[in-house]
Amino acid sequence: MLAIIDYGVGNIFSLYSSFKFIGEDVVLTNDKKVIDSCSHIILPGVGAFADARRKLDESGMTEVVKEQVKTGKPLMGICLGMQMLFDKSYEYGEHDGLGLIKGSVRPISEVIPLDLKIPHIGWNALEFTKETGIFKHIKNGDHVYFVHSYWAADCEESTTAVTEYGARLTASVQSENVYGCQFHPEKSGEVGLNILKAFCEL
Amino acid sequence: MITKRIIPCLDVKNGRVVKGVNFEGLNDVSSPVELADYYSRAGADELVFYDITASVEGRQIFTDILKEAASKIFIPLTVGGGITTLDDFERVLNCGADKVSVNSGAIKNPKIIGEAAKKYGDQCVVLSADIKRVDGKFKLFKNGGRVNTEIDALEWIKFGVDSGAGEIVVNSIDTDGVKRGFDLEMLEAVCNIVSVPVIASGGAGGIKDFIELFNKLPKVDAGLAASIFHFGEVTIDELKRELKKNNINTRI
Repeated sequence: MLAIIDYGVGNIFSLYSSFKFIGEDVVLTNDKKVIDSCSHIILPGVGAFADARRKLDESGMTEVVKEQVKTGKPLMGICLGMQMLFDKSYEYGEHDGLGLIKGSVRPISEVIPLDLKIPHIGWNALEFTKETGIFKHIKNGDHVYFVHSYWAADCEESTTAVTEYGARLTASVQSENVYGCQFHPEKSGEVGLNILKAFCEL
Repeated sequence: MITKRIIPCLDVKNGRVVKGVNFEGLNDVSSPVELADYYSRAGADELVFYDITASVEGRQIFTDILKEAASKIFIPLTVGGGITTLDDFERVLNCGADKVSVNSGAIKNPKIIGEAAKKYGDQCVVLSADIKRVDGKFKLFKNGGRVNTEIDALEWIKFGVDSGAGEIVVNSIDTDGVKRGFDLEMLEAVCNIVSVPVIASGGAGGIKDFIELFNKLPKVDAGLAASIFHFGEVTIDELKRELKKNNINTRI
């Protein structure tokens, strides 16, 4: 069974539905016992970093996520959920992340030309930079759906794909059993469903 | 780079798509969910569900349909029609909508733009404006384009973006239904004053209109249309292949 961590942020209807759609047994939960019994973990997230980080702490899920990672289970952070995996974020101040992947989250305005719109929103192509299990069923150059104003920087070692938006922005990462997607696989059509499917097969 | 988006719009009334539709291979041509699924498979980049029911019962049916669509179709969904309060935002976002579009509701209560942007993020709030030339000036219309508000449309859009609207839909009443192409002059005027994505609506009659739109106005991010897709005059897969042939960045 797959657990989507429920810590009170954002709209997870589509994420939950997408796993159902591909035939996975999925549960939305913040119950440690239930999470313990699951084989795969999803850390979702939309909104502001500091707010989400605080809610993760308050729900007791910060420690649970860290413990689960130690057991070797595959965990995938999506969008802000991916950004929280890093050491730090510089979104409105400086905030500690979960420190599961080396790197920091910074405004994309620092690296893209002024005439490009922020947020980076829409369908953009993935350029694979390293082999990773979650791309088993998709091709280099496939398009996925992005909505973000911040990006994961200084994480070349773990980067598995980038996307071109006036700069090469980190699109996905992997460090051992910890995976992250900046884009929304649950909004990326067939390609996105194939990524979720491959994650479930890990 | 980010691709240009092609967006079919489904007007839904009492649980059915209005405007006749005629497709081979679809059992129920006026089922919003079936039609949305068909468009998604054909390569639509996003879908708009527009609620044109006026009754409470109709609204409930619409929400149920949205939920069903969002549990089967995994591309971005925008919902519009009858959005006047934050509760309306909450209601459709909980059913799987990604963005919410405001039009007459924001004219009545302009604060809704800023309040929604603050609560759900700018990317979630789409300002849709029905615009028509009156004495050579772009004027904002409301109630489905029937009533002239006398408001300067460009001022209104500027206000909307400053308040937090993350995307603008420009519906030209002048070109709507004429099928001779998008209103490039109006779209250019809007592109010149905002830095958020602009979606062109009204006037598409064929593939060449989309090619002209993206070639002449590179700042326009998306083209929206309803009847030409519903009547099968233009199929989305064919449109996207032609865009690609014309070196317009598109997702195929």
